[in-house]
Parts: sequence; C-alpha cells; structure tokens
Amino acid sequence: MPIYEIVFYFFSLVMLGAALMVITVRNPVYAALSLVLAFFSASAIWLLLEVEFLAIILILVYVGAVMVLFLFVVMMLDINLEPLKEGFMRYLPAGVVVALLMATEFMLVLWTKGRFDTQAFPVPAPNPDGYSNTKAVGELLYTNYLLAFEVAGVVLLVAIIAAVALTLRQRSGSRRQNPAMQVRVRREERVRLVQMDSEPRQGS
Amino acid sequence: MNNSNMLLAAPEFWVLSMACVILVVDLFLREERRGIIHLLAIITLIFAAIITMRGDYASEGVRSALAFNGSFIRDQMGDMLKLFSYLVLAIVYIYSKFHLRQFRMFRADFYTLSLFALLGVMLLISANNLVTIYLGLELISLSSYALVAFDRDSRTGSEAAMKYFVLGSMASGMLLYGMSMIYGATGSLDLYAISAAVANIGSDDPMLVFGLVFLVVGLAFKLGVVPFHMWIPDVYHGAPVPTTLFISSVPKMAAFAMAIRLLQTGLGDLQGDWSQMLSVLAVLSIVLGNLAAIAQTNIKRMLAYSTISHMGFVLMGLLPGSATGYGAGMFYVIVYSLMSAAAFGMVILLSARGVEAEKLDDFKGLNQRNSWYAAVMAMVMFSMAGVPVFVGFFAKWLVIKAALDAGLVWLAIIAVVFSVVGAFYYIRVVKLMYFDEPVTESPIEVPVDFRTVISLNGAMMLGLGIFSSSLIAVCMSSFGA
Repeated sequence: MPIYEIVFYFFSLVMLGAALMVITVRNPVYAALSLVLAFFSASAIWLLLEVEFLAIILILVYVGAVMVLFLFVVMMLDINLEPLKEGFMRYLPAGVVVALLMATEFMLVLWTKGRFDTQAFPVPAPNPDGYSNTKAVGELLYTNYLLAFEVAGVVLLVAIIAAVALTLRQRSGSRRQNPAMQVRVRREERVRLVQMDSEPRQGS
Repeated sequence: MNNSNMLLAAPEFWVLSMACVILVVDLFLREERRGIIHLLAIITLIFAAIITMRGDYASEGVRSALAFNGSFIRDQMGDMLKLFSYLVLAIVYIYSKFHLRQFRMFRADFYTLSLFALLGVMLLISANNLVTIYLGLELISLSSYALVAFDRDSRTGSEAAMKYFVLGSMASGMLLYGMSMIYGATGSLDLYAISAAVANIGSDDPMLVFGLVFLVVGLAFKLGVVPFHMWIPDVYHGAPVPTTLFISSVPKMAAFAMAIRLLQTGLGDLQGDWSQMLSVLAVLSIVLGNLAAIAQTNIKRMLAYSTISHMGFVLMGLLPGSATGYGAGMFYVIVYSLMSAAAFGMVILLSARGVEAEKLDDFKGLNQRNSWYAAVMAMVMFSMAGVPVFVGFFAKWLVIKAALDAGLVWLAIIAVVFSVVGAFYYIRVVKLMYFDEPVTESPIEVPVDFRTVISLNGAMMLGLGIFSSSLIAVCMSSFGA
C-alpha cells in the first residue's frame, strides 16, 4: 500500500514544517496561520487512521473556533512579539545541545529492533461499512469514561471561574445597562404628554 | 456494566454540587453578608465527612470497591486521606477568613476555587485510572494557579502564579508523556490492568522503565522534591498566606495518594527501579531543604524549604515498598499537613492591619506579647523538628524505621543527621519568641473561632504525639501492615 505511506509521510512532513514555522516566523499572524496548517495536517493523518469524528472535531474546534479567536486577538491587540524573542539566539546553542542529547538518549533507551515497526503495531483492520465513528466515541465516552468526561467538564468550569475571578473588575464610574430595567420600562417614564395651547402663527 | 455503585462517589458529588451552589449563592449576597459563604463551605466539609464515613462498601474480606468501570476506587487509605483533607481545609477556612477580611480580599472565589481544588484532591485520592489521575491533578493545579494570583494587585503574587503555571504545565507534560509510554507498553489505562500487564511482560522492559522515569519526574514536581523544587519557595513566598496555607497542606495528601496509586498499585513490580529514583530524590530533598532553610529570613520561604525536606521524608517512607513504609508515609503526610496548617496559621495570626508578618523578626518576643500563642508556635516548631513526645517525632521515627527495616542504613543516617541540622532553624524561631525583645507591643486580637482552632491545632501536636498509636494503627492497616 505505497499510496497510504506516501500520504502519511507527506502530511507528517507538512505538519512538522508548519510546527517549526509556528515558533520561528516573526509575524504572529503567520505563526497562527502555520498552526492552522499543522492542525489540518494532523486532521488528515487522523483521517488515514479512519477516525473521522476526531479529525472533523479537530478542524471544527481548533481551526474553526480557537484559532479564529486567536487571530482576532493577534490582529486587534497588535502585540509586539520582539521582546519575547529576546535572547532566543543566545539560548539557542544550549537548547539545541540539550535537545539533541535528550533525543539521543531516548533513542538509545528505546531503540531495539522491531519495537516500533509494523510487526509490533500492525495496521488495524479497516472498519466495516456503515461503521459509525461518532457512535463508537460517544458510547465509550458516556459509559467507560463517564467519570473522566464529567471531571473534564468541571476542569473547564474552573477555568471559567478562574478567568473571571482574575480579570473582572467593577469600575465605579462605568455606565452599564440593566436589561431588566430596560424591559420593564413603562411609557409614562419615558414620554410626557404636555397639554398646551396652540401658539398663534408667527411672522405673519 | 454496572452503574449501581456510582454512589461510591457520593462525597465527590456532594462537594461538586455544593461548590456550584456556593458559586450561585454568592451572586445574590450583599457584601456584608459574605459570612454565609464561609458557613456554607464549613457545612459542606462537615457533611462530606459524614457521607464519607457512612460509605458501607467494605464487608468481610472486601477492602475496596470500584466504580465507573474501574476508574474510581474507594478504600481505607482513600477515606482516611479524604477525611483529613476535609479537616485541614476547614482549619484553612477558619484561618483564612480572618486574613481575607483584614486584607479586603474576602471574596467567594477563594471558597469556590478551593472547594474545586478539594474535589480534585478527592478524585486524585480515589483515582484508579491514568485518565482520572491526570484530570484530578489538573483540577487541583488549575484552581491553585488562580488562588496564587488571588490578590490581583500584588506583583509578587502574579509573578508566582506565572511561574507556578509554567512549571506546573511542564510537569503535567512530563507526567502525560510518561503515562503515554506506560500505556504504549501495557495497552491499558486502568491501574489494575497495568499491574497485570507488567507482571506479564516483565519488569525489565525498557519502555516501561522509560515511562516510569517521566512519571516519577511529574510526581516529584507535584510533591516539590529536589531537584524539581524550584517553584516551591517562590510560590509560597509570592502567594497570599491563605493560599500558601492551602497549597502547602491539602494537595500534599493528594500527591501522596497519587504516588501510592501509580507506583504501588500500578507499577508495584517495578519497585526495584522506582525505589532507586525515589531514594535519590529523598536524599537530595532532605539535605538541600534543611540546609537552604537555615539561610532564610522570611518565614514563608523558610517553611517552603522545610516542606521540601518533609516531602523527602515522605518519599523515604514510600521507597522501601513495604506496607509499614507506606503506612509511615501516610502518617507522615497527614501529620505534616496539620503542622503546616498550624505554622501558616501563626503567620496569619501575626499579620496585622494589612501587613503580612513575613519576616522571622516578626516572631521576636512573641512570648511577652502573648505567651499562649508563643507556646502554640513552639509546639508546632518542636513537632516539625521532630522533638520526642510531639507528633512530628513519631512521623520521622516510623519513616526512618521503615528505611532501616529495608536495610537502607545509609539513608536512615542521612535522614537523622539532617533532621538534627533542620532542628536548628525550627528552634531558632523558638529562641526568637522567648529570648528576644519584641519589635512591637501591639496586642494580638483575633476572633474567637480563630483562637479556638489555632489552640486546638497546636494542642494536636502534643495530643496526637501522646496518643499517636491509634492513628498510626489506622494508617498501617490501610496497607494491611
């Protein structure tokens, strides 16, 4: 199945390249767009594994929501990322050495012949026709992993609370609208009808 | 699959619902009636304790019960640690209320966030599955990050929160990487299944040991042992005292439970490997923690380094891999939480009129200002130093005994030598209180609930020391020793 492998390596290379771009390009908008590209390639690899649901979710949630929001922030706030990159070149040699060392050590420990090849991890049998990926994920999520699913919800709730608790400030002079008051307003409070005599025509 | 045992998680459900209730109730409360939040939080803890104690899952010969398809476990160790978590959190609340009021930070967020953190602690204690462990840990971490930055106008607080966040995320990354390796080697997330798989494939599989290394690194970060301790002094120092009080006590019990679940339940067959790693961590922590604490002039930093050394002792209990060792570690971590609560409670007690009593000098002449509080602090310090009769002595003694039983004489010698070194800076506090002239003469005025609880908390150091046998027996029987 050479076409399968060609597709896999193509998307893997694109993903690695895009991920590298994310951290190296100067312009933050390009960085965000590279991240989108990386997500797309990851999603393509997932499609190769026949996990359509997760592949689509990755596009919908990360590309559709998270990255768009991120792009908005980058464009609206005009963040200058130069100070963040300060010292990048200075730390680069040390970082590269440490990374290479770690990588070689990982290889030395883990690399034994046949550990990671297709004999040890055979290609799973293709799903039968009409197999629903979404249903399979849903079934697992709401039975075996119910607790984890609920706790993940709580983690998100905590994130919301923390974000609000750390950023919400009530300024004294702010003019906020009170929707309830606005809905309940009556005609008498806004319009005053005044009886008055008609004025004589002027300038005649 | 059987879901009727979902009720095993009743304490978790209760804490979660009450945290949400408190979140909503706060919206309808006026500023001056915030005391209700405090009351609700305490009630939550009391009922959580009742629900936990009423759990009747254990019967003849059955010592634990599983729920949620094996991802949740109830057993004696978990229940004990949970009960002590409630107790310590209640103490934390009573100390914190006074401090938060004084510093105009009395907001409901502190209570909701710490209750969510407690939920994380409970889940982590009861976790029997790598996913549950990770989620429980994240729940604790996220809440703690926010609590550290709780004083929004404090620069040091924000800096500490940022450091904590970055290092904490890195630790989570390490842990996840280790978990993925373990999953790759054993093909399961369930700790029992992992244990069975390890027995099957043998303990010398490099991938397993490789995963284990990262698990231990993640664990060491969360426990805060050398060389993964860098965040502890800065975070303890930068955070507001109530937060320091919280993160130095309750989550430590969860971290201990996590170590037990991962290392004993899951990877018990790799004991030979992780025992070596833990002994390096333990020795470094005991040595560095005690030496660095001597140089501190800030009491929060001093206590932070003392935490590092105490966690080294906890690891020392774990590393022989014997039931008595686990029991000793559990007893140590419970005792440590109570001591830490009392010590930071004293820091709160001395903070007056918007100024935190951070300096060691603030303890000068405490005996002349109020001899009872000086006595309480002295008891806490003696206990931390491991002076006999006080409870800290028994904790250290059990741990060292467990190491000796396993034939680790060199480790025991290092532990003893450096607890003597450590005694120096604990007793220095006592010296400052009794033999130095006070800097201020202002009387110490605290509400009656604070006074009662800190007195009880201090008396525990002596009381638990004299009557330590029953608590030790419970800890030991949790591991069948």
